[in-house]
Amino acid sequence: MLLITCPHCGPRDEVEFRYGGQAGVASPADPEALDDATWARYVFFRDNPKGPFAERWVHAAGCRRWFDAVRDTVTNQFLDPEPRR
Amino acid sequence: MAELRRSPLEGVALGDGFREVPFLSQIDLRLNPADEGARGAVESVVGPLPLVPNTVHGGHDAAILWLGPDEWLVVGPPGSAADLERQLRDTIAAATDAGPVAIVDVSANRTTLELDHPDARAILAGGCSIDLHPRAFGPGRCAQTLVARAGVILWQLDDAPTYRLLVRPSFAAYLAEWLTDAIPD
Repeated sequence: MLLITCPHCGPRDEVEFRYGGQAGVASPADPEALDDATWARYVFFRDNPKGPFAERWVHAAGCRRWFDAVRDTVTNQFLDPEPRR
Repeated sequence: MAELRRSPLEGVALGDGFREVPFLSQIDLRLNPADEGARGAVESVVGPLPLVPNTVHGGHDAAILWLGPDEWLVVGPPGSAADLERQLRDTIAAATDAGPVAIVDVSANRTTLELDHPDARAILAGGCSIDLHPRAFGPGRCAQTLVARAGVILWQLDDAPTYRLLVRPSFAAYLAEWLTDAIPD
């Protein structure tokens, strides 16, 4: 059971949140110009680090806002979440 | 109109220690709190908006609940939503310096259970992960959270402690049954 700190509501139980995958994946500026391999890499390929990982989370049962958080994938510890909408 | 309204808990047997407060007026407000024109216009109608997360301005009869950094719920007595909505719309239309504001009548979106029991904290703690200790959660606090896995707005009214649980209609009967079961005889 994780205790996740929502930047707006404060520390809440893990079950109130939904996971949104890796943070900072920019959508391609000109998607029509991409070839299939590059598009597939954008859609399907994500980092899978051992250690700190920047992630998107949504406080689904609370304020319903999305935010970025950095979680250590080894210890499951959350390092300072930064609000970002 | 009144006779056409039907509470989602009509016909549901409620146990002792809590009751339904049906048909409370609820208006969902969205605006940027940094937009002083919009905020001033809204506050001239409903009073100051609570800007601190998870806090409430007001009490039993009329209140404003913080729902998000740009979202509030205005709660009032049954039947007052249409007038309040019109008043808000007129005021904002007249405020030339107001940015975008969303005003939605969500009165039918939730019904309200009022839990008034000396052991209310322990009863809620059986299904809620929020720290309800008076140090952390007292009168004038609210939280959108899960109680018995059902999404609610939990709102503490007074030191008794009296809590209000605003719950969606489809979860209301379930939550009422859970409370009936959770409250000791």
